Amino acid sequence: MSESAREDTQEQAEFRQYCREWLQANKPGEPTVRLPLSPLEIMTEPQMTYLQAWQKSAYDAGLIGCDYAVAVGGGGRSDCQRIANEEMIRARTPYLPNVIGLGMAAPTVYYHGQQALKERLLPRLFSGEDIWCQGFSEPGAGSDLASVQTFAERKGDKWIINGHKVWTSLAHFAEWMILLLRTDKSHKYDGLSYFVVPIRSALGKGVTVRPLIKLTGETGFNEVIFEDLEVDDSYRLDELGRGWQVAMTTLLHERGAGELQTPRAGGMKSKSTHATNTANLIELARNTARGGRPASEDPLIRDRIMQQVIREQGLAQNQRRARVPALQDHPLRLQLQNKLLASEISQDTAALAVEVEGASASLYLGDENAPVGGQWPMAYMNSYGMTIAAGTSEVQRNILGERVLGLAKSK
Amino acid sequence: MTQPDNFGFGEEAAMLKDSARKFFSEHFPPDKLHRMVAADTNPERMSDCAWDRELWQQMVELGWTSLAVPESAGGIGMPVVAVAGLVEELGRAAFPCPLLATLAATYVLAACGSGGDAALAGIAEGQTASLAITNRQGSWELGDTDVACEHGKLNGTAWFVQDARKVDRLLVSARTDTGQSLYWVASDAAGVTVAPDAIVDLTRDQAHISFDNVAAQEVSSEGLSALTAAMPAIWTLLAADITGAAEWQLQTTVEYVNTRQQFDRPLGFFQAVKHPLVDVMIMIDQCKSLVYNAACACDTEPDHAAAAAHMAKAAASETAAFASSRSVQYHGGIGFTWECFVHLFFKRQKHSQLLWGDAAWHRAKLADILIGKVA
Repeated sequence: MSESAREDTQEQAEFRQYCREWLQANKPGEPTVRLPLSPLEIMTEPQMTYLQAWQKSAYDAGLIGCDYAVAVGGGGRSDCQRIANEEMIRARTPYLPNVIGLGMAAPTVYYHGQQALKERLLPRLFSGEDIWCQGFSEPGAGSDLASVQTFAERKGDKWIINGHKVWTSLAHFAEWMILLLRTDKSHKYDGLSYFVVPIRSALGKGVTVRPLIKLTGETGFNEVIFEDLEVDDSYRLDELGRGWQVAMTTLLHERGAGELQTPRAGGMKSKSTHATNTANLIELARNTARGGRPASEDPLIRDRIMQQVIREQGLAQNQRRARVPALQDHPLRLQLQNKLLASEISQDTAALAVEVEGASASLYLGDENAPVGGQWPMAYMNSYGMTIAAGTSEVQRNILGERVLGLAKSK
Repeated sequence: MTQPDNFGFGEEAAMLKDSARKFFSEHFPPDKLHRMVAADTNPERMSDCAWDRELWQQMVELGWTSLAVPESAGGIGMPVVAVAGLVEELGRAAFPCPLLATLAATYVLAACGSGGDAALAGIAEGQTASLAITNRQGSWELGDTDVACEHGKLNGTAWFVQDARKVDRLLVSARTDTGQSLYWVASDAAGVTVAPDAIVDLTRDQAHISFDNVAAQEVSSEGLSALTAAMPAIWTLLAADITGAAEWQLQTTVEYVNTRQQFDRPLGFFQAVKHPLVDVMIMIDQCKSLVYNAACACDTEPDHAAAAAHMAKAAASETAAFASSRSVQYHGGIGFTWECFVHLFFKRQKHSQLLWGDAAWHRAKLADILIGKVA
């Protein structure tokens, strides 16, 4: 029995036992289709169908939305999502496809939406029947998010929306979008408002979703264009002009620092996925010749691999220490480092792997002689998605410097 | 995983760490440190050995020097993870004293079987000690020593002995006919000459110690295996000291860049200053997490302790270097002066960075474990 199990309350202990038994009997088998590393890269209908079926069964069993009120489709439990997450990851399940819905839209709608809206939207969000996407970034609004220009103009009880959102993962599957837009052009922050809008039902009727091609050559995310889309005022979250504050709820939960624990699953082994970690890097170095011997025997390569091993282990131990209050100086200090560290460490690991490969790193996915099927150059290029998305590394360092160290704000 | 989720860092450990932080902040603020160790600015001065014996006596009475001594030998027998909490606070204060040296000797003695019991009992009663196991080249390989033992007499010189003038006893590593043994020697015994080194670090003293036909009591004939078993805890605790000192450097520098105004703004506003300070914080946090992981491995999974401790000390050495560099640089002109306190920690960290192996040495050892030795 793990230490965490020993610290459970009675409700948590019983729930944990229930989760274990249910997962043992109901964990889905490996899919026949190849799954991407992250749910944000789900591309095809068969991938989505398999993953949606898994999320629905986990929701029906009570493993998703555990801590939300029963009235909005939740489980009405207390601090039990963490338990379900631990058990789903321990059981090595597939990940949950509605990742933006669960991690960002649900807590935002829950804290800022009207009761009727919550009751209507959240059950199908938890079950994964409705996939959600996020409309924040625009061509002219990246790190400076508050400069969004997408505009909603009032027309009676309705709003007419025009604008252009980019980097919208999952938009090609999404029923709904959380949307940060402008309702007043004279105030930068106080002119922002926050809506939920139907996407799929409005395709061709004011909404266009177009795929964007990543630098790797794959399609991954989309751009979404609004042309006179008419939405009801009841889709607005919180007061008019409070969009920035609502967006902070979204971002806080995205960074794992919110009140509500995000449902998480994953860990299923899959033949076709390639993890950007040092175990795979060491394996690569053993199998790559360098100066007539394995690269794993070159002292410079060994030193650099160990630097990555240590950073990777440091992050894992940060996550362990984040649960020991006596060993922390500031409540958000470790949590706010997670995304920055995870993305930069795996980027540097992939960069080193590409160096270890030497000349063979020139070979890409389509070349039969490419080491590991060309996965390392691919992972390296793809890693910039992680260091740019959801707040660039530079913005993350601003947040850490200002919110944790208390350094003077840049805006 | 058989390790506890919380590193085994329980209520007692938290109380110890808390009381240590209060003890040092009440009794030993940095200005007191500066007055005590930085009176002489002559760069060619000999090593000084100024320390607060009264405070040290209070620490002995609090039981802090016998924390790591096993209960069976009359000590308190606290786990390494709890001792690490205390040492982190010691590092934050850069308190000059023989605690780290005595803890190092304690872990080696505890790995000597019954031969170490009498010496451990002495430590439990307040004796201090240091390891004399390093050769002239400063090799951190545990089999290297310039001291030999023949017919029960020690001859040769041990180098880079930490806090040598503050300790009562020495634990000496020496070659013998059959291998390598460890000996327990009084530092004022006949034939022992302590020659102070003139060192950069003002918060420690260091010496080379020569042995001229010194009669010595053998505590272990399996010196190499005792040292090998004890080193993970020793590396881990030095890394804990570095973590605490680096946190002082970070917080002190943050305070300064929030106060100091240039171009009509506090320095900390500028990202050329803000982002590297965040990187210092990130390195400290990784280092701290690796320290408690390594301490927990020493306590619960000795087979994995060496790898975990190599990670902790490698990370700590890098942290010491970067935190020190940024603390002086961002204090600007004043940071380059003797009167500013940052140089005390800068120098302590440069010493800790190399002591018991620098980052590259520990990474090479880690690679031998994780990838395998190169034939």
